[in-house]
Amino acid sequence: MTVRFKGKPPSRRAFLQGALASGGAIAGATAASAAGPDPLITEKQEWAQATGEGVDATPYGLPIQFESDVVRRNVEWLTADTISSINFTPIHALDGTITPQGCAFERHHSGAIELRKEDFRLMINGLVDRELVFTYADLERFPRVTRTYFLECAANTGMEWAGAQLNGSQFTHGMIHNMEYTGVTLRTLLEEAGVKPEGKWVMVEGADASSNARSIPLEKAMDDCLVAFKANGEALRMEHGYPVRLCVPGWEGNMWVKWLRRIEVGDAPWESREETSKYTDTLEDGTSRKWTWVMDAKSVVTSPSPQMPITHGKGPLVITGLAWSGRGAITGVDVSIDGGKNWKEARLAAPGQDMALTRFYLDHDWDGSEMFLQSRAKDSTGYVQPTKTQLREVRGLNSIYHNNCIQTWWVKPNGEAENVEVS
Amino acid sequence: MSKYRKLVITTALAALVASPVLAEKLGLGRAALPEEVAAWNHDVRPDGLGLPEGTGSVEDGETIFSDNCAMCHGEFAEGVDNWPKLAGGMGTLDRDDPLKTVGSYWPYLSTTWDYINRSMPFGNAQTLTPDEVYAIVAYILYSNDMVDDDFVLSKETFLDVEMPNADGFIIDDRAETEYPQFSQAPCMENCKAEVKVTMRAAVLDVTPDVAGDEAAAEMAPAAEEEAAAEPVAAEPVVAEPVVVALDPELVDAGKKVFKKCKACHQVGEGAANKVGPQLNHLIGRTLGGEEGFKYSKTIVEMGEGGQVWTEEALAEFLSKPKSYIAKTKMSFAGLKKDKDIEAVTEYLKSFSQ
Repeated sequence: MTVRFKGKPPSRRAFLQGALASGGAIAGATAASAAGPDPLITEKQEWAQATGEGVDATPYGLPIQFESDVVRRNVEWLTADTISSINFTPIHALDGTITPQGCAFERHHSGAIELRKEDFRLMINGLVDRELVFTYADLERFPRVTRTYFLECAANTGMEWAGAQLNGSQFTHGMIHNMEYTGVTLRTLLEEAGVKPEGKWVMVEGADASSNARSIPLEKAMDDCLVAFKANGEALRMEHGYPVRLCVPGWEGNMWVKWLRRIEVGDAPWESREETSKYTDTLEDGTSRKWTWVMDAKSVVTSPSPQMPITHGKGPLVITGLAWSGRGAITGVDVSIDGGKNWKEARLAAPGQDMALTRFYLDHDWDGSEMFLQSRAKDSTGYVQPTKTQLREVRGLNSIYHNNCIQTWWVKPNGEAENVEVS
Repeated sequence: MSKYRKLVITTALAALVASPVLAEKLGLGRAALPEEVAAWNHDVRPDGLGLPEGTGSVEDGETIFSDNCAMCHGEFAEGVDNWPKLAGGMGTLDRDDPLKTVGSYWPYLSTTWDYINRSMPFGNAQTLTPDEVYAIVAYILYSNDMVDDDFVLSKETFLDVEMPNADGFIIDDRAETEYPQFSQAPCMENCKAEVKVTMRAAVLDVTPDVAGDEAAAEMAPAAEEEAAAEPVAAEPVVAEPVVVALDPELVDAGKKVFKKCKACHQVGEGAANKVGPQLNHLIGRTLGGEEGFKYSKTIVEMGEGGQVWTEEALAEFLSKPKSYIAKTKMSFAGLKKDKDIEAVTEYLKSFSQ
């Protein structure tokens, strides 16, 4: 049940060496082409002569076998059981901004359930003019919207509060995904039921055994929340709440209730388990912040990074990463290669969109010396992503959630990278 | 003109991406019936709104907790393995490694009641009666030294319980304590004199061993080849046990039933003991005979008496676990339908051959 943030005794791993070995092979091929005619060009290749697979070989396509390492991964010591656990999006290996559903991280409290559209019911009850029940087919008849939003778990980067812990942007920053959702605004449904004047909060509840329930202020519910049934153009995946989940743009992922079955309107918050005992942030003096819903601006360099070492030696290097803010749009990202002494403005792949991931690039001529790579996001409110030291000064070490600090990757002359903290 | 045009374009764009605005209700959906609302509307608020009538004592709670909760949360709510600890930790919130429990951290008692009622027991949620929930909550309070052993919790006494950390929370104050200082124009050049590494992840080294997975995957084909080669060399010397053909439909149905068991039991490749023992090769296994699992005394004694898991024994156990094995640690009420027992048995048999 609990996501634990202080590790078990370490075990030695050879994972970095593995990444380097495979990278080395690619680099070798590049070198060979310089030395003489490349057999990949001069010799006739089997794939250029024989035919390939016909259509329908895979009615629903999967990534090609060579990309089989680009998958969600779990950190076993974090939780007691995978049924109530979390895994991580392979952000290190992705580009652009949309996260494919098949590798978008999962967080379940009682496992992912198989709920048929035909068995789906959504109830609105409480302080409304008419308590209503909708079927899935009903939802499809309401005016529809399509919006792109990131979902970040409040615990993303939580393991790093006390110190550099996990080697890889997938593990430090992979509790995030970004999808284009289609659905009906929560406002549309609430207006259909008619919220009574004394209604100030809504409680949203899931249909699975965890019955995850969160209180949301009516203002947010009426603003931009979305009752979604499609993601990236297709049905939601089971693990993301098929057939219907809630989107609460810019706010912590735990509120994005999956398998949504009930929306209750009330005059006060419910103070459920997930908004009191969890998802509250303990400060140094032992008091804790609650209702810390919004995800502040944050960014991370996804490559190079520990899972994405530089394998081509010095010269042109693409430094890339992701930035986002729950309070608006990303307006810029600065990148430092010297641990924050000097910064350069990165290039945004597209102008930042409210509460959606932004991709940034810095085209760099690497001289082959060590780098302390950092990125710093800026959003439309004027907020600038803080350092870990700045955050700790306000919050201490026990906050667990909402760690949006600047991340440092120590890139060594051999291209390997390591998660470090710097002065 | 240009100004006017710009305005028109802006307005047009806004209209193009605006949310749908409905003049009136669409009349979709139907009225929720009172019994439907009653069936789902179980949430309880700090002010007691939603609490049903009921009562439960610490004494009853101890037994119910032991039967339903202790396999994960410990007999004294102290937590087993990585499962949540529910008791203790008073006065640790301002320390390095705070222990957050119902007693030390949770600000409202209603949260405990509500969570147990709607979300617990894990793997068998929403099966407790209100009296049982009152009793379990009473026992958790007792485990936290918040009430005496003769305490009885009821709807009437509920709001009298004071939670030690009730005043330990403040509403999100980032707008005052963080946003002003984190909204300064950032430094771009010569921002600090030196950069030193102060901590390295490689020192702690808790990253999952990804290469290990790949190495295992690479090993697998070789192992398979060996296995495939084996039967050629090894002619059966002893008569093989009679392998009864399984009914694939029943196995499939059993797989669904097994979802009720999955919170505690693993079966299939790589199955390990979790909250409950792993269930590969269950049929024919001695009761309490899975190595490395801590069973209840009763089941171990039954095993020592020579009892083994047959289909019949399993059926009897699954229909009423606690009457077949007194004091079994398995907190599962049992499967009511014979059809389900038959199916799950067939499913388990598919891992027993």
